[in-house]
Amino acid sequence: MIEINNLTKKFGKTTALRKVNLTLTSGTCVGLIGPNACGKTTLIKNILSMVVPTEGEIFFDGKNIHGDVFYKNNIGYMPQIGRYPENMSVRQVIQMIKNIRNHQGTEDKELFEAFEMEKIADKKMRTLSGGTTQKVSATLAFLFNPPVLILDEPTAGLDPIASEILRVKIIKEREKGKLILITSHLLSELDDLLTNIVFMQESVVVFNKTMEDLFAETGENRVSRAIHKLLKTGVLS
Amino acid sequence: MKGITTFIIKDILKNRIVILYTLILCGFSWSIFSLEDNVSKGILSLLNIILLIVPLVSVIFANIYMYNSTEFIELLVSQPVKRSSIWYAMFTGLAVALNAAFLIGIGIPVLLFIHPLTALVVILAGVLLTTIFVSVAMLCFILMRDKAKGIGLSIMLWLFLSLMYDGLVLFFMFQFADYPIEKIMVLLTAINPVDLARIQVLLQIDVAALMGYTGAIFKKLFGTQTGYFTSFIFMLVWIVVPYFFSLRLFKNKDL
Repeated sequence: MIEINNLTKKFGKTTALRKVNLTLTSGTCVGLIGPNACGKTTLIKNILSMVVPTEGEIFFDGKNIHGDVFYKNNIGYMPQIGRYPENMSVRQVIQMIKNIRNHQGTEDKELFEAFEMEKIADKKMRTLSGGTTQKVSATLAFLFNPPVLILDEPTAGLDPIASEILRVKIIKEREKGKLILITSHLLSELDDLLTNIVFMQESVVVFNKTMEDLFAETGENRVSRAIHKLLKTGVLS
Repeated sequence: MKGITTFIIKDILKNRIVILYTLILCGFSWSIFSLEDNVSKGILSLLNIILLIVPLVSVIFANIYMYNSTEFIELLVSQPVKRSSIWYAMFTGLAVALNAAFLIGIGIPVLLFIHPLTALVVILAGVLLTTIFVSVAMLCFILMRDKAKGIGLSIMLWLFLSLMYDGLVLFFMFQFADYPIEKIMVLLTAINPVDLARIQVLLQIDVAALMGYTGAIFKKLFGTQTGYFTSFIFMLVWIVVPYFFSLRLFKNKDL
């Protein structure tokens, strides 16, 4: 579904991504994990062509995304910190994105209802709390039933109830055979979500494994413990 | 894309500053024409507003609006919208809204009080200046990531084109008064859009005769049809070049 070839991104002198190669296929739920500033968000922004790669290519469904925008119709993106026009109401934001995407077919209103967006629909974006803004982001990501979902720190800032709603929704979408890419620091909550793990450190992808392989290699049955073990034994460095 | 452009236009027209700007322009132009019997004098007073206030408000408002729309632009980039369409929508939105304010504030009274052909030149000068300074403001936005620096740069450019440039040209003229510098003078004037607007309006009201030999040359060069056409082209260049330059930078910008 998404193929990344030799992707390098430099911001001035700092290298955010160094020769990243990665293939993501449909029907998997990939956890992109790694310490702070290891290039997770930059990788995601590259897939959305929000930043322009210094070197390398990204293919979406076999097509190079360079110079293309329509592949984004197939992606639902939930940013780490949703930044929206302050003067727009929630309803206006949703309406505007609807106009832009010109979506044919049914809309997925599950999260819209589960998060009770109707109640806050007429509030301006600047009056919303961080968590509520995250709810708006999540609703928008899932609204158009896209085959690929990219969620950057989806549960950061959400309360436990909302977090649980989102988790159930992610599992449901995974069962439909979608590709879901999640970044998170909170390893513990990823256990029953993920099928694959991509571990990044210092701008490079260290490994890309299925959960079974990871557990088999480390002899652990929790993501957090498995990663800790790998880090401790120095396999990664 | 039409959706985004209309959204931006509506958003700007609702803005209190733009409404205030329209009202102030309205106040100026109506009071000038109601108090002044001599239309030529009226145009001269109005000219100062068109040459100073209109570019200043356009450049600063457009620049700040761009910085305030950073989130909006970021949101659009993550959606299936071409970057060139986003840039075009921002430019059209700003240009249409600010020109609407200018046309309501100055365009209507000018059409009512002065000769239609002169009015047309005055209006065209104002519209072109507004659009030029929107284009310049967008260039300043893309060149400077920092808001304070961006606004500073746009004010500097306004200051340079509206006030300092004339001073420099005047200084140059006095220094080389003994030499035949008329052609260079014409060229120097043609480079600056504010000067072009000033000359085109002044030629309409026959005060060009007061400007001596240089005035005569201006009249000869700019007062003809080719002259009008060339000034128009030069001003269009001031819109097109900053726009496409900023668009190129925006296409490769990391958000």
